[in-house]
Amino acid sequence: MPNLQHIKRRIGSVKNTQQITKAMKMVAAAKLKRAQDKILEARPYAQKMLSVLGNLSARVERESHPLLAKRGNKKIEVMIVTSDRGLCGAFNANIIRKSFEFLREKRAEGCEITLNAVGRKGRDFYRRRDFEIRKTLAGIFDRLSYQNASEIGIDIVESYEKGLFDELYVVYNEFKSAMQQRVIIEKLLPIEPSVQTEIGFAADYIFEPSAKVILHSLLPKHIEVQTFRILLESNASEYGARMTAMEAATKNAKELIKKLTLVYNRTRQSMITKELMDIINGSEALK
Amino acid sequence: MAADKILLEIVAPNRLIMHEEVEEVVCPGIEGELGILPGHIPLLTTLTIGELRYKKNNLFCSLAIGWGYAEITGSRVVILAELAEKAEEIDLTRAEEAKKRAEEVLAKGPEEADFEKAKESLQKALNRLQIAGKRPPS
Repeated sequence: MPNLQHIKRRIGSVKNTQQITKAMKMVAAAKLKRAQDKILEARPYAQKMLSVLGNLSARVERESHPLLAKRGNKKIEVMIVTSDRGLCGAFNANIIRKSFEFLREKRAEGCEITLNAVGRKGRDFYRRRDFEIRKTLAGIFDRLSYQNASEIGIDIVESYEKGLFDELYVVYNEFKSAMQQRVIIEKLLPIEPSVQTEIGFAADYIFEPSAKVILHSLLPKHIEVQTFRILLESNASEYGARMTAMEAATKNAKELIKKLTLVYNRTRQSMITKELMDIINGSEALK
Repeated sequence: MAADKILLEIVAPNRLIMHEEVEEVVCPGIEGELGILPGHIPLLTTLTIGELRYKKNNLFCSLAIGWGYAEITGSRVVILAELAEKAEEIDLTRAEEAKKRAEEVLAKGPEEADFEKAKESLQKALNRLQIAGKRPPS
């Protein structure tokens, strides 16, 4: 027969856990709201940037700028965006699984691979694997700002221009909704301009100072903006995943408490019955 | 949209600053100020630190711009600003602080690592302070 004291203690411990998961869920929900707002605010800039870039790059030679020119795909870098903290369901596991598959595929094709790990979880995973990590960055998601993205952007553009890699891929979680994230593998470099011509758009453009100069400053900026968007997406996804995971954990704790309480009451009941029987038996014997 | 209006859109990396129809825009191009009236020919330019003015209902309003791009088509002006603040939204104390910090660095002389950066932030701060002085009387 289970020990009453034991069950009681167990219930207490599950209750504590439940309180923690509940609190974490609340925190995640609040942070999710903020992260979501940030994405919505950042989107117009990224979109406008893309359309300006599209118009501009349609008018210049592809080879006129190193960030546009293709130069083979033998050396690639993969940027893996994970979270710094755990307890967010399958968020990091998904990223790691997807990226690992991707890396193995690329390696089988004979690519040289370097990694750029943003977020503690991805870094810790790949540190124990057979990959060269060129760069890591952790602990930026608590206070995510454009500055962070700008630093990453400048670093990758510089390394790319130095020829450390020919292609850059990013693996990250795209934010769909609080319940849904999607792992995306995106090619960031070289830039593939999506040419979109607007209706009624005059073909002749004046560039001041010149198309080339503008392109020169716009392309690195574009990378920064894209990086910023990716970080924001990942951040919002993380909180979404954590909220869902913590809600599930709270629910599970509730069920567990219910079950344990049942066992506790049953045990108590049977103990009382047993004691009563003892007393009755005793008094019967005295007659 | 009326033919004598321009749709002015200003976006910064972290938010949409404005989306309005105006009559005239004057922006700080890299090669001098640009006045833009409806029907302007397509133009793409880099913006420098300075003041962006726009006329709406015959009233000029100012914004502080710190670096960006302007894409101009006949009926639309899109400003991609690194930094943009409306005159009435400029935080004076913050601008003053930025100015002081930049001046401190500059005082150490050109050997300082952040010299160029400080020069730029001083320019930005001065620009903001100047434009803040132009707020519409409320």
